[in-house]
Amino acid sequence: MGATPNGFNLDNSGRRIVVDPVTRIEGHMRCEVNVDDQGVIRNAVSTGTMWRGLEVILKGRDPRDAWAFTERICGVCTGTHALTSVRAVEDALGITIPDNANSIRNIMQLNLQVHDHVVHFYHLHALDWVNPVNALRADPKATSELQQMVSPSHPMSSPGYFRDVQNRLKKFVESGQLGLFKNGYWDNPAYLLPPEADLMATTHYLEALDLQKEIVKVHTIFGGKNPHPNWLVGGVPCPINVHSTGAVGAINMERLNMVSSIIDLCQTFVRDVYLPDVVAIGGFYKNWLYGGGLSSKACLAYGDIPENPNDFSPEQLHLPRGAIINGNLSEVHDVDPRDPEQVQEFVDHSWYTYGEPGKGLHPWDGVTEPNYELGPNAKGTRTRIEELDEAAKYSWIKAPRWKGHAMEVGPLARYIIGYAKGHEDIKNQVEGLLGTMNLPVDALFSTLGRTAARALEAEYCARLQKHFFDKLVTNIRNGDESTANVDKWEPKSWPRECKGVGMTEAPRGALGHWVKIKDGRIENYQCVVPTTWNGSPRDAAGNIGAFEASLLDTRMERPDEPVEILRTLHSFDPCLACSTHVMAPDGQQLTSVKVR
Amino acid sequence: MPAEDLRLAATSPTTATVTDDAASAPDVPARILVLGIGNLLWADEGFGPRALEALAGQYAFPDHVRLLDGGTQGMYLLPFLEEADALLILDAVDFGLPPGKLVVRRDAEVPAFLGAKKMSLHQTGFQEVLATADLLGRLPRRITLIGCQPEELEDYGGGLRASVAARIPEAISAVLSELADWGVQAEPGRSDGAELADPAIRRAAYEDGRPPAETACRLGDDRFFPSAGADDVRG
Repeated sequence: MGATPNGFNLDNSGRRIVVDPVTRIEGHMRCEVNVDDQGVIRNAVSTGTMWRGLEVILKGRDPRDAWAFTERICGVCTGTHALTSVRAVEDALGITIPDNANSIRNIMQLNLQVHDHVVHFYHLHALDWVNPVNALRADPKATSELQQMVSPSHPMSSPGYFRDVQNRLKKFVESGQLGLFKNGYWDNPAYLLPPEADLMATTHYLEALDLQKEIVKVHTIFGGKNPHPNWLVGGVPCPINVHSTGAVGAINMERLNMVSSIIDLCQTFVRDVYLPDVVAIGGFYKNWLYGGGLSSKACLAYGDIPENPNDFSPEQLHLPRGAIINGNLSEVHDVDPRDPEQVQEFVDHSWYTYGEPGKGLHPWDGVTEPNYELGPNAKGTRTRIEELDEAAKYSWIKAPRWKGHAMEVGPLARYIIGYAKGHEDIKNQVEGLLGTMNLPVDALFSTLGRTAARALEAEYCARLQKHFFDKLVTNIRNGDESTANVDKWEPKSWPRECKGVGMTEAPRGALGHWVKIKDGRIENYQCVVPTTWNGSPRDAAGNIGAFEASLLDTRMERPDEPVEILRTLHSFDPCLACSTHVMAPDGQQLTSVKVR
Repeated sequence: MPAEDLRLAATSPTTATVTDDAASAPDVPARILVLGIGNLLWADEGFGPRALEALAGQYAFPDHVRLLDGGTQGMYLLPFLEEADALLILDAVDFGLPPGKLVVRRDAEVPAFLGAKKMSLHQTGFQEVLATADLLGRLPRRITLIGCQPEELEDYGGGLRASVAARIPEAISAVLSELADWGVQAEPGRSDGAELADPAIRRAAYEDGRPPAETACRLGDDRFFPSAGADDVRG
């Protein structure tokens, strides 16, 4: 098949392994790879099996309500979608938000980053590296020594503590319900940790469960409730009243103190547990540097966490904005989501039609006209595809491109952009970690790099939470209790027609909502979500997407046990669940595993 | 009659004998969570949150009963489960029964039933929450699932089908009888403290405000996994 314009060699002559959804709703994503006779992946195909056009739901609705709908799109990114939505509508209507609202939104968004990163690492990704069954063989005393070496300040480190956890684990495994751990390939040689490291990490899996439920209380305090906090176009819905008991639900000193203690908790856990674990686990996998994919060539971030309200200029953003293309880290381009020539979606390999080949549309002008047809080399049926034909249309995901380039988004993209821009905090963190692990900068461009960037970002975001908390408290002390601007609440104050864009950095990458409003109602609404960037299919020129690129050249220990595929796909924290079926060349299913 | 296997105390008082001694036994749950789960954007998948919404609109409960719309959340729901001694789940579940049929399952049967025929992402997530609570030794002592067989899921932006919507009153009766077994007397009224969906996406607002099919195509998913008339063009 040869080389792609974005610099990858593809060869689809080897055995095909299919990563396929079980059912329509459960699985939103499918991957197929070809492996050569050495078990090395030589071709990768990523497809979304589900069409989720929000315009279907939002057309004609009140734009002030859009956030409540977008909060229900997915069970993971709720708050980020809501924030992106209110930003898009505020942008369209020219609404500015007060300082306190900016600080509170930032605290909530940073809180979500920390929460998502911790949950992702321990509960969705750790088991790609950590073997909880092997942990049963660990010596609790040696585990205790390992813990004290890895993180001397973490108090939960006694041999008795690890013995208790081990016993609990043992009971759980022996009861036959293996439950959470049932999908693993626990005898696969791809697992490299000694039993003590497995026990330490599995113990932190449990500690993280207790932590994560504390972290989200911030959303209950500022959003009124959780898991579906309230949002408001023009600010935040929680009044502030620190001088008396005030209205029910108002933010008072007691609640602020609670937020403060949760922020401390986040910082401590990330510093004493999460980061040391990533260093310790990563140390055993230093030679497993697969999975870099697009990260060394093309990265995109919209940036987020504005220092001041209503100012999204790049130098005002704590999470960096920018685009890197052609592997040139010495030049970071600015990104303008309004520019019709920058962000475009293509459908040449997607099941839609724009009426002409090679055409890209900006999200404001997005058209969703389905056109489902399989290529001549597809195997199976229209309703049960066995193998896709990637030379034709093969995905319900459109192919977003930045100035024609396929891009990786997410924590690693943000960190590479930040590093390339000389962002002080990010640069210090990256250099510190690489130094500790004695790794070159190039090691960033890998599956482990993605996992490490997420941990560094959790640390950075936990610190930033404190910054905005202090800012909020100072502002309140100075007498400013304003949390919302309702000047343009009434539709009669709106222009007849307008359009806006909202951007955030969701935990898994750049997220944009584009809205068009006409006569007080939503005329068009398009979301381009992070997993659309990363899970993008090919474009007309043949550029492959980030998932596809990341799987190439990976050697699988056992091709019928796709631990390595899971590792790399999980490192993107995809917001799509899917299942892996490994198919023999004759199409017979060998095994299946849940991919999350 | 909707279901032979229904065990709804409201219509069949004999089931009350199962926990007849609730009043005398000390085993009355101190904290109860009534949880509606499912994605209300996917037609009948919204049964859980919608039934909860209706319940909250018609009855008031004592303070130790919490009503929560859990949506499609996974781990976010763990703390709510841990705080409960008894858990009542409202959900759309594929039992392979006729649409609208209600089924009540209890305790050890619940996780298996939620996953028997997985139809939705949220059920994978919720099963995991149950397993996690179990691993931590903090699973509610009593769990009851009131499930409804969906008719249509493949309709993004759609509301409840009539066959499912018609069962909501019955589901509410089932909730009330289960709660009665747990020592709770509901009063007619309203649960203002219930943690429900935002008013913009409550059932009437959501269903009445749906854009017409001619302005917003509704067929996307059917073209990938058509529910009927599969044409095996390449076998």
